[in-house]
Amino acid sequence: MSRIKLATVWLGGCAGCHMSFLDLDEWLFELAKVAELVFSPIADAKVFPEGVDVALVEGAVANEDNLELIKKVRERSKWVISFGDCAVTGNVTALRNPLGDPTPMLKRIYLAANVVTEGVPSEKGIVPALLPRVMPVHEVIKVDAFLTGCPPSAARIQAALEPLVKGELPKLEGEHIRFGQGA
Amino acid sequence: MPINLNINEQNLKAQEGETLLTVARREGIPLPTLCFLEGLSVAGSCRLCLVEVEGSSKLQPACALKVTEGLSVKTATERLKRYRKMIVELLFAEGNHVCAVCVSNGNCELQDLAVQMGVDHIRFSYQFPERKVDLSHPLFGFDANRCVLCTRCVRACDEIEGAHTWDVAGRGQSAHIISDMAQPWGSATSCTSCSKCVAVCPVGALFGKGVSVAEMKHQPAVVDFLASARREQNWHKKEEQ
Repeated sequence: MSRIKLATVWLGGCAGCHMSFLDLDEWLFELAKVAELVFSPIADAKVFPEGVDVALVEGAVANEDNLELIKKVRERSKWVISFGDCAVTGNVTALRNPLGDPTPMLKRIYLAANVVTEGVPSEKGIVPALLPRVMPVHEVIKVDAFLTGCPPSAARIQAALEPLVKGELPKLEGEHIRFGQGA
Repeated sequence: MPINLNINEQNLKAQEGETLLTVARREGIPLPTLCFLEGLSVAGSCRLCLVEVEGSSKLQPACALKVTEGLSVKTATERLKRYRKMIVELLFAEGNHVCAVCVSNGNCELQDLAVQMGVDHIRFSYQFPERKVDLSHPLFGFDANRCVLCTRCVRACDEIEGAHTWDVAGRGQSAHIISDMAQPWGSATSCTSCSKCVAVCPVGALFGKGVSVAEMKHQPAVVDFLASARREQNWHKKEEQ
């Protein structure tokens, strides 16, 4: 039986959704029988590959790297799933949005409140510049399904992955879609 | 004289002066609400309990619709479901509702409504408004980012406590809740610190100081107890009798 090509992507988020993914514990062995993890922060792949079946995207689109990567993810994946509240709503990553342009915030953090660094970190090609406004993933690209929660519990992730590995989009409802919680 | 009416093809009887919402609740017909709270006057502002009335092109809020002889309504058409879902999404888009770091996470009527309506993402662009947090009161806090302008606090303070510390200032997008003459809550001299506003808040906008994420549990039923106790001159809680 051929396995689906599964990718997980880490944009502007805390990696909590990926921790929750690892919380699938032994079910990960079941998953490995039907899905091949071709790209992930926990796999050793540097370039997002072509022909991905399902991409779980954790985090909001917060900086230039996120923006570049998510476009690539969309081009190269059949289905993109917003994975967790930051991807779905902006959530904690977007807490800075009401403050407007991030420059004053960066100056406050790296200059006014910090005597160690000499300026706001900026290194072309290394430190990506923040976007003026953090965006949920579906504001930037088309998203095929949404997996809410901060983080989504392992049970919720499993409920989404089970149909996906069979080639169907998940239809989560009830407590499985509650924002903020993982149940 | 009982009134005959029809809800979702079901013939029912009601008393004159009752609202459609009262009848629907009694009959176990589900209708979502947010601004409505038993024990307070009707605001009719959240529009979640809108129903289709036969012979009228206008949708009516069930909480404010008095039953009349021959009234015929539908409460759960595809159009109504679509509008209700949209209303909940717009509420999320309008404020800064970050469930994961909210005191009311898991005990929030807006969050519950999203679950009910099947909202798993917001189709409208988030406004990310710049709003204030008032922590000047010694016991309570007010976070306008989480406020849905249901005005339950305004009504509870005015109608039950009789203090009228809260009110709404501004219009449309700039409407917001103020205490006294738009001054910090802690310096609002009309406030009796009774906490009724905190009890009735459906979201995490009003909270007790010192509670952390998901720890705030509101007690909205307290105003129904107070209102009915006064009306019936019976000050024992119902479960204690």
